[in-house]
Amino acid sequence: MMTEYLLIFISTVLVNNFVLVKFLGLCPTISVATKLEPAIGMGLATTFVLTLSSICSYLVYNYLLIPFGLEFLRTITFIFVIAVVVQFTEIVIHKASPLLYQALGIFLPLITTNCIVLGVALLNVQEQHNFIAATIYGFGSAIGFALVLVLFAAIRERIAVADVPLAFKGVPVTLFTAGIMSIGFMGFAGLVK
Amino acid sequence: MVGIAVIVIGGLALLFGLLLGYAAGRFKIEGDPLVEQIEMLLPQSQCGKCGYPGCRPYAQAIINQEANINLCLPGGEITRLSLADLLNQNPNALSAKKQLEEIKMLAVIEESQCIGCTLCIQACPVDAILGASRQMHTILTQECTGCELCVAPCPVNCIQMIPMQPTLTTWKWPYPADSLSVKPPQGFKEEVELSLL
Repeated sequence: MMTEYLLIFISTVLVNNFVLVKFLGLCPTISVATKLEPAIGMGLATTFVLTLSSICSYLVYNYLLIPFGLEFLRTITFIFVIAVVVQFTEIVIHKASPLLYQALGIFLPLITTNCIVLGVALLNVQEQHNFIAATIYGFGSAIGFALVLVLFAAIRERIAVADVPLAFKGVPVTLFTAGIMSIGFMGFAGLVK
Repeated sequence: MVGIAVIVIGGLALLFGLLLGYAAGRFKIEGDPLVEQIEMLLPQSQCGKCGYPGCRPYAQAIINQEANINLCLPGGEITRLSLADLLNQNPNALSAKKQLEEIKMLAVIEESQCIGCTLCIQACPVDAILGASRQMHTILTQECTGCELCVAPCPVNCIQMIPMQPTLTTWKWPYPADSLSVKPPQGFKEEVELSLL
C-alpha cells in the first residue's frame, strides 16, 4: 500500500509531470517563471491550493455528487470548489504574509483558471483514487509543477543576460527552453511502470 | 432530478458562502499591514523633510511606489537600510526625482538672542532642545535630526541650520569625481511575455 502511494508521488512529480509531460499549467510557467523569487512563491501557493482543492473536490464528489447521482455536474462543481479554495487562500495569505501577497499579485486569483487544478480534480475521479491517493496525487502534481517552475525560472534568469541570436530573442527561446526541459524529463519515463 | 441538483449545488454554495464570510471576518485586514510595518521603521518625527506631510503619508507613498526609500533625512542611513531590507530593494538606488542630501544639517541656537519663549521646545519632535521658560535654550547636537521644525516657530529668528562637521566616526571617503558608467549587456531588456497569457 505504502509503495503504491510512493509510486503515485514519484510518477506525478517526475514521470507524468503535469507541465512538461501532460502540458497543463503552461500559463504560469511561461509568465511567472521569469525570476526565481516569484516562481518560488507561486510554487508554494499552487502547492497549497492544489492539495487542498484535490482533497475538497474528492470529498464533494464522493459524499455529495455520487449519493445524489449527480456525477454529470462534476466539472462545474469542481470549478466552484477550486474558486472557493483559491479565495480562501488569498484571504489567509493577505493576512499572514503581505509581502508574498504583493509578490503574487494577480497570479493568485489566476490559479483559479489554471487548468492544472481542474485537471488534477478530474483525473482523480477518472483514475478512481481513494482519499489518501487523491491527496498524494494532488500534492505530487503540485510539487512537480513547483519544481518545473523553479528550474525554468532559474534557467530563464540566465538566458535573460545571455547573448541570444536576434531571431530567437524573447518568446522563442523560452519555448525552446521548455521543449528541451520536456525532453529532459522524458528521461524519467522508465522510472515507474 | 433537476430539483435535487439545484438543492445540492445550492446548499454547497450556501456552505461555501458562509465559510468565506467567516474567513473574511476572521482574517480581516485593518489598513495595509505593509504600511504599518514601514511606519514602524520611520522615526515618527513628522518633520516633512521627505516632502510628505508626515511619516504615515510617506509610508503610504512608498507602498504606492511614488516615493523612494531614501528620502527620510532624520532616519538617515539606518532607516534607509532597514527599509531596503523590508522591501527587498536596493538601498543605493537613488531616485532621479529627489536625492537625499548627503550633508546632514544641524540646528543651532544663537544663544545671545534667545528670549526663552519655549516655542522651539514644543516644536521639537525628538526632545533635542534643552531649556525652560525665560531661560536660555540650547540644542543637544547628538539628539538633533536636522528636521528644521524648530526654525519656523522662533519669534526672534535665532535658530540657524548649519552643516554638521564630520567627526572621526562620521567621516567618509569622498565619492570619486567621475562615477564609472555601467552598461547593461547588449540587447538586454525587460522581457514582456505577459502577452502570452
